[in-house]
Amino acid sequence: MTTGLDAMAGESHPGDQGGQSARGATPSAVEAFRLYETMVLIRRVEERLRDDSAAGKLPGAVHLYIGEEAVAAGVCAHLRATDYATSTHRGHGHFLAKGGDVRAMMAEIWAKREGICRGMGGSMHVADLSKGILGANGIVGAGLSIATGAAFGAKLASADQHSEGTVSVCFFGDGASNQGALMETLNLAALWQLPLVYVCENNGFSEFTPAAHVTAGRIADRARAFAVPVAEVDGNDVTAVWRAAGEAVSRARAGGGPSFIEARTYRIQGHFEAESFVLSGGRYREEAEIEQWRQADPIARFRARLVESGTATAADLDRIDAGIADRVQDAVAYAEAGQPADPALAMTLMFAPEPNDLANDPSKGA
Amino acid sequence: MTAMARTRLLQAIRDGIVEEMDRDPKVIVYGEDVELSIVGDLRGVYERFGPDRIRNTPISETSLTGMTVGLAAAGYRPVVQMMFANFMYTGMDAIGNQMSKLRLMTGGQLELPITIIATCGGGSSNAAQHSDTSYPMIMNLGGINVAVPATSADAKGLVKTAIRSPNPCFIFEPNGRGGELGEVPDGEHLVPFGRAAIRREGGDVTIVAIGRMLKPALAAAALLDDEGVSAEVLDPRTLVPLDEVAILGSVGKTGRLVIVDEARECCSAASQIAAVVAERGFPLLKAPIRRITTPNVAMPYAPNAEAQVIPGELRIAAAARELATRDAKVPA
Repeated sequence: MTTGLDAMAGESHPGDQGGQSARGATPSAVEAFRLYETMVLIRRVEERLRDDSAAGKLPGAVHLYIGEEAVAAGVCAHLRATDYATSTHRGHGHFLAKGGDVRAMMAEIWAKREGICRGMGGSMHVADLSKGILGANGIVGAGLSIATGAAFGAKLASADQHSEGTVSVCFFGDGASNQGALMETLNLAALWQLPLVYVCENNGFSEFTPAAHVTAGRIADRARAFAVPVAEVDGNDVTAVWRAAGEAVSRARAGGGPSFIEARTYRIQGHFEAESFVLSGGRYREEAEIEQWRQADPIARFRARLVESGTATAADLDRIDAGIADRVQDAVAYAEAGQPADPALAMTLMFAPEPNDLANDPSKGA
Repeated sequence: MTAMARTRLLQAIRDGIVEEMDRDPKVIVYGEDVELSIVGDLRGVYERFGPDRIRNTPISETSLTGMTVGLAAAGYRPVVQMMFANFMYTGMDAIGNQMSKLRLMTGGQLELPITIIATCGGGSSNAAQHSDTSYPMIMNLGGINVAVPATSADAKGLVKTAIRSPNPCFIFEPNGRGGELGEVPDGEHLVPFGRAAIRREGGDVTIVAIGRMLKPALAAAALLDDEGVSAEVLDPRTLVPLDEVAILGSVGKTGRLVIVDEARECCSAASQIAAVVAERGFPLLKAPIRRITTPNVAMPYAPNAEAQVIPGELRIAAAARELATRDAKVPA
């Protein structure tokens, strides 16, 4: 199985990212605190969902992002609310890192009226259009073309307004990289030089199948085939992700077209919580492999680096941890106290009201 | 009296799109070979608006449909020319899982002012992969308006309504050769969704004719008229929303219903209309409902075989005649 960190050691390619200046870039102290806080928020939320799922408190399945937090945090640190991001079925981390409200997300997962999608979407579909979060998505690879469309719109709008460009980011996994939409959209994004940043979270598994069993070659080579600039990074190193994403987002904003980041990481939890029921004893990975990746935990690594470099003291970080614990507790309490979803919405939300000028149009039949 | 111009159906669609592109800079058009407009419903649009408003795409239907959702989120009103309705099958994820569902799934956050245009139907020896009438599949998704213009005036008016609508709308235009010639009112002309048109009044039998089936239905009605059977011909114009009131009103008048649909019989639009009338209008009926559809087969290539499976005026007339005269056969 090539899910280990050894797979990180790839040869570099002409045209790949990583010039001298970028290689040296490091987050400021303020940025570093924010990265840490984002990762811890995601981790604590996911741990709480893991526990509450096991306790039978959630109506639907949850797909957790534990171990992959550095990718969402490192990429979204460069994004504005006006930028777009599409996400995956494992989307809580992207939602939170892009600025989504933790209370509204938890209320959604608890199927409450106060949920960000009013209880109509659930865990796999959290979205906040006001923050450019185009939604987690239950179809593997669906975000590729949606993000491409948003990038096309952003490009057209920047031409209209002569303003600095809006960027569209597509988070997807190694599994989605085997969908034909990746080839289609790489072709379009490269051809039209769209402000699109591909972020492939290679977490080692297509649901319950190791990536090596279903994926030929290097995923990043698929982007190289279209002359799209590529960065292959350690996805458990938030600084490395942050640096690669900074280059890619800057290139997109400046009109330099698409970029492709492959972040090698690992899914600590199962494909979804309660997967043991569907596996019924079947196994697709070894405990030792999971343990090996626990040793490369992105939060623990970053925390150690912050303390060693003198950027933060353990007490500083403990204070952040405590604040996050309170926020998560508050969000769950908010969700639990929420009103049940309004079932009538299922009948009324399918269509937006048509404009009045049509309703009143005097046009007749024959 | 409104001034009129005689226009082919595909040109009427073009005129509607051009007017909406003039009206709203957020309306953009893309698809395969739209710059030359191989289908014929976008002639001259590229020359007028240029590549930021209309452009050719690669042959990538999965992305053509999917990009509409992202463009909608970015504030645009995409119009996609899909060429043949069969090509929707290749682009089906974004249709079936995204654009038809995301308004509900986001709790109403996302508006999806998307227009998809495709030609449908047989009759041109294009064979089965270029001849489907695929609107039943779209109707079943629940979140998409479906328009089936049969006249030039409706084609223009419905496409304009579709582009202004905040919801995904599919326009199924008849396959090939520019469509029928017809009068189109000058100036602003919008046709609202969900309002059927009575194309011919009659008292003995109602013929609901969908899209391109209007022409053979009217021919059948003329045949029947010579025999003393008075057929009312109703054009639903949109299938989602469906003007159930108009259909039930006509059946209330005639007591007999024939539905003509070029889609395959199984789960056709005709099946849905028949179910609505059976459920809500059963006491109105003097005879069983008849569906005249393409049988559940792939469209054959040979012109004579095509002509046999596509509903034609003789099949329509025979069904209507049988319904209209069956009571008379029963001794009083």
